[in-house]
Amino acid sequence: MTRKPPSQKVNRLGLPMTEYKGLPSTLCKGCGHDAITSQIVKAFYESAIEPHRVAKMSGIGCSSKTPAYFLSTAHGFNAVHGRMPSVATGAVLGNRSLVTIGVSGDGDTASIGLGQFCHLLRRNVPMIYIIENNGVYGLTKGQFSATADKGAALKTGAINDLPPIDCCTLAIEMGCSYVARSFSGDPKQLVPLIQGALSHQGTAVIDVVSPCVTFNNREDSTKSYPWAKEHEELLHQIDFVPHFEPIEEVEYEEGESKDVEMPDGSVIRLRKLERGHDPSDRRSAMRILEDTRGKGELLTGLIYVDPQADNFFDLLNLGDRPLAQLGEEELRPGPEVLDEVMKSLM
Amino acid sequence: MSTTPSQPVAEESQRERRQTIVNDFSIQVATPNGSGSQSSNNVLMRSIFQMGIPVSGKNLFPSNIQGLPTWFTIRVSKDGYVGRKKEIDILIAMNPQTAREDVENLEPNQVVIYDEPLKLAKIRDDLTFYPVPFTDLAGQVISNVKLKKLVANMVYVGSAAELFGIDMEQVEAAIGKWFEGKPKAVDFNVKAARLGAEYVRDNLEKRDPYQVKSMNATQGKIIIDGNAAAALGCLFAGATVMTWYPITPSSSLCETLIDYLNKYRLDKDGKATFAVIQAEDELAAVGMAIGAGWAGARSMTSTSGPGISLMSEFVGLAYFAEVPCVIFDVQRVGPSTGLPTRTSQGDVSSLYYLSHGDTKHLVLFPASMAECFDFAGRSFDLAERFQQPVFVASDLDLGMNNWMADPFDYPDKPYDRGKVLTAEDLDKVEQFARYRDVDGDGIAYRTLPGNDNPRGAFFTRGSGRNEQARYSERPEDYINQLERLARKHRTARKYVPQPLLEEPEGAQIGIIAYGSTDVAMPECRDQLRQEAGVETAYYRIRALPLCDDLRDFVERYRDIYVVEQNRDGQMADIIRLEVGENSPKVHKIVHFNGLPIDARFISDAILEREKSVGN
Repeated sequence: MTRKPPSQKVNRLGLPMTEYKGLPSTLCKGCGHDAITSQIVKAFYESAIEPHRVAKMSGIGCSSKTPAYFLSTAHGFNAVHGRMPSVATGAVLGNRSLVTIGVSGDGDTASIGLGQFCHLLRRNVPMIYIIENNGVYGLTKGQFSATADKGAALKTGAINDLPPIDCCTLAIEMGCSYVARSFSGDPKQLVPLIQGALSHQGTAVIDVVSPCVTFNNREDSTKSYPWAKEHEELLHQIDFVPHFEPIEEVEYEEGESKDVEMPDGSVIRLRKLERGHDPSDRRSAMRILEDTRGKGELLTGLIYVDPQADNFFDLLNLGDRPLAQLGEEELRPGPEVLDEVMKSLM
Repeated sequence: MSTTPSQPVAEESQRERRQTIVNDFSIQVATPNGSGSQSSNNVLMRSIFQMGIPVSGKNLFPSNIQGLPTWFTIRVSKDGYVGRKKEIDILIAMNPQTAREDVENLEPNQVVIYDEPLKLAKIRDDLTFYPVPFTDLAGQVISNVKLKKLVANMVYVGSAAELFGIDMEQVEAAIGKWFEGKPKAVDFNVKAARLGAEYVRDNLEKRDPYQVKSMNATQGKIIIDGNAAAALGCLFAGATVMTWYPITPSSSLCETLIDYLNKYRLDKDGKATFAVIQAEDELAAVGMAIGAGWAGARSMTSTSGPGISLMSEFVGLAYFAEVPCVIFDVQRVGPSTGLPTRTSQGDVSSLYYLSHGDTKHLVLFPASMAECFDFAGRSFDLAERFQQPVFVASDLDLGMNNWMADPFDYPDKPYDRGKVLTAEDLDKVEQFARYRDVDGDGIAYRTLPGNDNPRGAFFTRGSGRNEQARYSERPEDYINQLERLARKHRTARKYVPQPLLEEPEGAQIGIIAYGSTDVAMPECRDQLRQEAGVETAYYRIRALPLCDDLRDFVERYRDIYVVEQNRDGQMADIIRLEVGENSPKVHKIVHFNGLPIDARFISDAILEREKSVGN
């Protein structure tokens, strides 16, 4: 007797969620990074991105292993420690039609990779950059990274005596045009943030607090699961309406919601909570980050966005066709050009 | 008159020869850095070139913006020798800081043209001195103090032209070319040159033997520097992503390429078919080049020794992950900051083995302007064919100095994009395994990101992997991959630019050289033959890995001299490893004072050893 298989739910492209999955994770059981992986899968599925159009980039560290765990039919590149931004920049320029997602950790981004991270943002290279932030080096078994809190203690008893780098503040300072923060235990918020990032045409940074269950899950750690759960302060509730779905009427009361229109026609819908933060206001974004720092709050949501910012392609005057696909006829000037140059040197 | 001894006649003709030495001398101009002498030196060199006489120009400059001494040497050689000549025949002394020392260092009987207020004639009585009041004369052309200094340089061009018979028409044409589009500048520079010539005509009597006379040896030739030649090569090779971080002496390669790209590589809509990025450092520069190469674009970066050191980790990744990109290394003197504005071939072993673990790269050694152009093109083909970084090892001497060359040939081969599988190709293969040696040459097939056949996807990483590109720490997988990479390297021996050999009859010793050292070779071998009757065979290496015929060459000759510009004889060591039991035959001749090697240095060193061992 054969049983009819249950009909699988598919997205707009007719692809089931399984097409967006990757290899089984080899991270510790309960790792926050795996939760993020699930939200990436969901966001790409819901936004109906063709997996083969995606380039998955990472550096070195636990977080950087995760691109292997989603979109198995996408090309991935696990580069060197802290220097994924340059490889991603080259890849994006080589083929601008790729949808590029970089996954990095706090050590990879804020310690060894701080320089490349900053310059990626200055250039506004079109890509998503997710920081899986747990304040600790996992693969080398528990040393502080540059996002660990001052005074924080590790399993080993080591106390961190340096102030942390706030990746969101830094990103806004560096000119990043899409800055968000989230928590790996908040799938409802993270999925629309990733979808919004997918529609953004510059660098989109999402700093996700992602507890390290093995090395940094002490009660007093601001990167631990219970702490984040208790201290999460939502800036707003977020919905994302992709460009291929009809934009529904705003169901919230007047003055309580804001639609951010992305260049591709999709919409990030923010329902304001009591803070009334306008993410298109850069100064207000800096202020709210400054205000909550030290208050012991984990501010999450879309902190800053400028959908119209010029990106690196505009700056470089690139045509629409990917450079990697240009043929010899476009790339090699004719003999008359060589002749002209030679004559000028005679 | 058969009894008349022939000797006095010979002496007579020798004296005559001494009286006029035609088209065979060197002029050195000593100026302070930043004094604008580049224009006048260029004009002086070009004027001689335009008279059909072979010339080469070398700029010896300090790592400094303004004030420190610079020397520009023009070699005039009827025989077409373009290497450095150690001896200075004519000194144009414009720099008060160095003038005394410059004069003291001259060989007897040489010529000094100097700025009159320097009062150099008193220093020695065995030289010919020509004082000219350059600054005063410049003041007659222009009153602006800053411009007066610049114009004073053009006055010495005119004076030199008058003294040595350089055609004034050619001087004016060269000024016109240099200051093209700036009629005012042409005007006062021509005036300055004429004043310099006039002064000499009216006030000085020629007392030296040097003379230029028109020849026909430069017809149709160009003057270019190696960085510009390489930039042109990259343009025609289809470089699409060029990333760089400024460093002497490689910056002008990128800057020239940017000019060419902006001029010649816009599509019909005016959009760029290239991307140029000035990176934040060399690590980012090479990282971007690797990312772009991975995406399938022809990518490159250009740097010098310190940049190569910084790129080391990334280059190892690209070697192991098998990602193409081209890296130009315009070598300067190391270690560390070394002498940033002096030349060297000191990066040979670091380039060949760059990065940790067992890595070996492809390194090309251009030795001429034509090869700077041609190897640029070939490097992109090799990078894609072998899916790994390819280095082009130029140096400051080639890269930043002025060379005479034949116009470059338009590339006659289509681009080699290597083994890339398209979506359709993938349908035809049974199973795609990114790192499998299908053809036995060590080169696996790759796919590019964006390939819409789901079988084409793979994960690129620097960590251990199996043939399917899956993460693996299994010993047999690792050995399999490392051995394939070694096999690929062996295959490359047949694809890299092959060595050039000259094996005249009667030669018992062989010389091996590469890169800019080759420039001194014709002259050095002529010296050995003409002055000591020593015939030499010559083997010019043009790439690493070394080619198979090297062993036979070393086998054929009694002794082998490897000539290079670094302290340790880096290439000689690589050769010794290659030739095994013949390695005792291999002798090192090294020159590493930061100045380009000269023929006399090499011939003296070879003769000295030949004598000491009784040959």
